[in-house]
Amino acid sequence: MTEAPIRFYQVGSFAVGNRLLPLEVRTVQAESDRSNAITSGHRACQGCGEALGARYALDAAMAATKGQMFAVNATGCLEVFSTPYPETSWRLPWLHSLFGNAPAVATGVAAALKAQGRDDIRVVAQGGDGGTVDIGFACLSGMFERNDDVLYICYDNEGYMNTGVQRSGATPPAARTMTTQAVGDDPGNVFGQGKDVPRIAMAHEIPYVATATVADLHDLEAKATKAMSMRGARYLHVLVPCPLGWGSESSATLAVARGATQSGLFPVFEAEGGEVTGVTPIRRQVPVEDYLSMQKRFAHLFSPRRRDDVIARVQAQADKNIRRYGLLEES
Amino acid sequence: MPVQIEGSQAVAAAVAACRPQVIGAYPISPQTHIVETLSRLVKSGELPGCEYVNVESEFAAMSVCIGASATGARSYTATASQGLLYMVEAVYNASGLGLPIVMTVANRAIGAPINIWNDHSDAMSQRDSGWLQLYAETNQEAADLHVQAFRIAEALSLPVMVCMDGFILTHAVEQVELPTLEQVEAFLPPFQPRQVLDVDDPVSIGAMVGPEAFTEVRYLAHDRQVQALDLIPQVALEYAAITGREAGGLVRPYRLDDAETAVIALGSALGTIKDVVDERRERGERIGVLGITSFRPFPLEAVRHALAGVMRFVVVEKAFSAGIGGIVDSHVRMAFRGHTVPPNYTVIAGLGGRPILKRSLHAMLEEAMADRLAPLTFLDLNHDLVDAELARQRADVRSGPMAENLLRDLGTVRSAPH
Ligand SMILES: Cc1ncc(C[n+]2csc(CCOP(=O)(O)OP(=O)(O)O)c2C)c(N)n1
Ligand code: SF4
Repeated sequence: MTEAPIRFYQVGSFAVGNRLLPLEVRTVQAESDRSNAITSGHRACQGCGEALGARYALDAAMAATKGQMFAVNATGCLEVFSTPYPETSWRLPWLHSLFGNAPAVATGVAAALKAQGRDDIRVVAQGGDGGTVDIGFACLSGMFERNDDVLYICYDNEGYMNTGVQRSGATPPAARTMTTQAVGDDPGNVFGQGKDVPRIAMAHEIPYVATATVADLHDLEAKATKAMSMRGARYLHVLVPCPLGWGSESSATLAVARGATQSGLFPVFEAEGGEVTGVTPIRRQVPVEDYLSMQKRFAHLFSPRRRDDVIARVQAQADKNIRRYGLLEES
Repeated sequence: MPVQIEGSQAVAAAVAACRPQVIGAYPISPQTHIVETLSRLVKSGELPGCEYVNVESEFAAMSVCIGASATGARSYTATASQGLLYMVEAVYNASGLGLPIVMTVANRAIGAPINIWNDHSDAMSQRDSGWLQLYAETNQEAADLHVQAFRIAEALSLPVMVCMDGFILTHAVEQVELPTLEQVEAFLPPFQPRQVLDVDDPVSIGAMVGPEAFTEVRYLAHDRQVQALDLIPQVALEYAAITGREAGGLVRPYRLDDAETAVIALGSALGTIKDVVDERRERGERIGVLGITSFRPFPLEAVRHALAGVMRFVVVEKAFSAGIGGIVDSHVRMAFRGHTVPPNYTVIAGLGGRPILKRSLHAMLEEAMADRLAPLTFLDLNHDLVDAELARQRADVRSGPMAENLLRDLGTVRSAPH
């Protein structure tokens, strides 16, 4: 990674607070005159990872572009909680069209800017995992394949949260959702399905692909900033826990996100032109069980009967990620 | 100067003269030649300042136009049939957002059974989408309507569909006078968007609206269509003043002044119908034609005025609403609201590219003028064929796929029944 990772960890939590850092490495959010892409007063649930992720990613992108930026938004929680008529939380030009077409709408915006000779204004498109990996996937792939000058940010809360917590192509195996209920011999979502869109994005050989979580907001900001320094199609996949859908404590959003990365279930890396160029190593691997047990969507793995078999399969996935990205090699 | 040119190329040239800045392109017959020609015009530099985006679906084509239009760029796409249906969600969105996109629909039937030939089922399915819909009678009119469409769309901040009959117009080579750049420049002011993404004046476009204002939004959508009833004829007049050509407007009466019987239709069928009417006029029959150019907004008043003196009317339509019948006819009857509706007949003709023959029209008119025509008639319907299929269905619950059965009966397919 070009950005030197901040190697200062608060004991126990791994968290890095702005106030513990020297001025020059504090986050965009620490600046009093930050751009404030999405204001407070929106209607997200308490502890919503998506609201947090969107604010940090967009504020960083706004700062990187000096406010010369448009946002295109897919249908989903983010759009619904931020624009209830007659209010809007967006302090930048913002366009919502449909659930499945944000990448193509962003292509249209980018094409229009190009035709108008305005290369100073940049485009960011954003959507949930449903809008990105499922219904909008053809448009996303088309946008990648043409290498349109758009940064697409997927806020992955691993389900269709806006319609009341149903399964998406990014829902992890064994997770309980309203359409993968915790009943039967194999409760929750099945194994062996789902899409790894960051890797599919890499297969398009676009200039930049990165993953991030709200557990490391410095890293998220750095990646949004870096993405905006590049041209062409760029993809940022951000894990954003959803207290409502995951059944986690509102106060535990960052801890849950950290559990996903430190267990190896959500590898944090970046890639350029289809090649992995950097990974964020795991500082201390935590068993997936610690992560799963923080969330009610996995409660059926622990009671009434412990499902060590299922937990072992999830652990195997985490271990595979760790091997694939070399997450434990350095640090 | 008139040129010999294919309909699609004439439309592409007219669109190019309007200087669109973004084109979303996805192929489907019989629209393909339009986007192919535009691709060449952009690549060769004849259409400068335009981004031609090859997209992965019609849904994306309309989405690209939505993004581009909201960014203040004049945007265009073209489609037909399944393509139009595939983009429907975005079609409604474009009008809901008030984006003045212009789209050509090279009218084609909708499957199943798959059929690439002309009828109006595709565009008619979008009659409630909030788009304006203008139907071209000839290739000359198709070219002229596109220039007018951009003007109307941008004045009202509403998208406009220009409908032209697939193959019959798109693939016909005939003499067309192309609108020149100078004429278009004099007629079409630069696009000034009503709402636009702007870093100096940020707006949220496409916010969520609940019950407290949704009805009002819809009311305003209707009101803008009603405003188009004044604008469309006015634009046609201005266009005529600059080019010397009459095109567009709401309706187009032909030999209707003293007519007792009126035939009503949209699009290219009007040519054949006018021929038939001329022949009957020669025999002294008082018969005329009403062409409807603007299907959305539907010009209720203009239609009633045009039909004021008739004793009966026949609507020849290339689409229908299964389970009730004529679409256009129901509109025309609505035009008589509060007045006595004269006897009227719906004739479904030309579906899936079936030719509308002069002799069939003559026979149909003879029946109508004797007031013997069935209220809903499928022109040239092969009764033996449908009766055989109906009998088969009555006899056997697993009578097999309908279309394949019909083809077998016709001898087109030889395989034995299942
Ligand atoms: C074509 C279409 N199908 C379904 C919906 C209903 N819908 C709205 S948001 C949504 C789920 C959004 O999920 P995701 O993209 O993961 O975003 P989240 O709300 O979880 O942030 C669905 C299914 C829709 N708006 N459009
Ligand atoms: S449901 Fe989940 S994603 Fe949606 S606002 Fe609530 S916490 Fe955020």
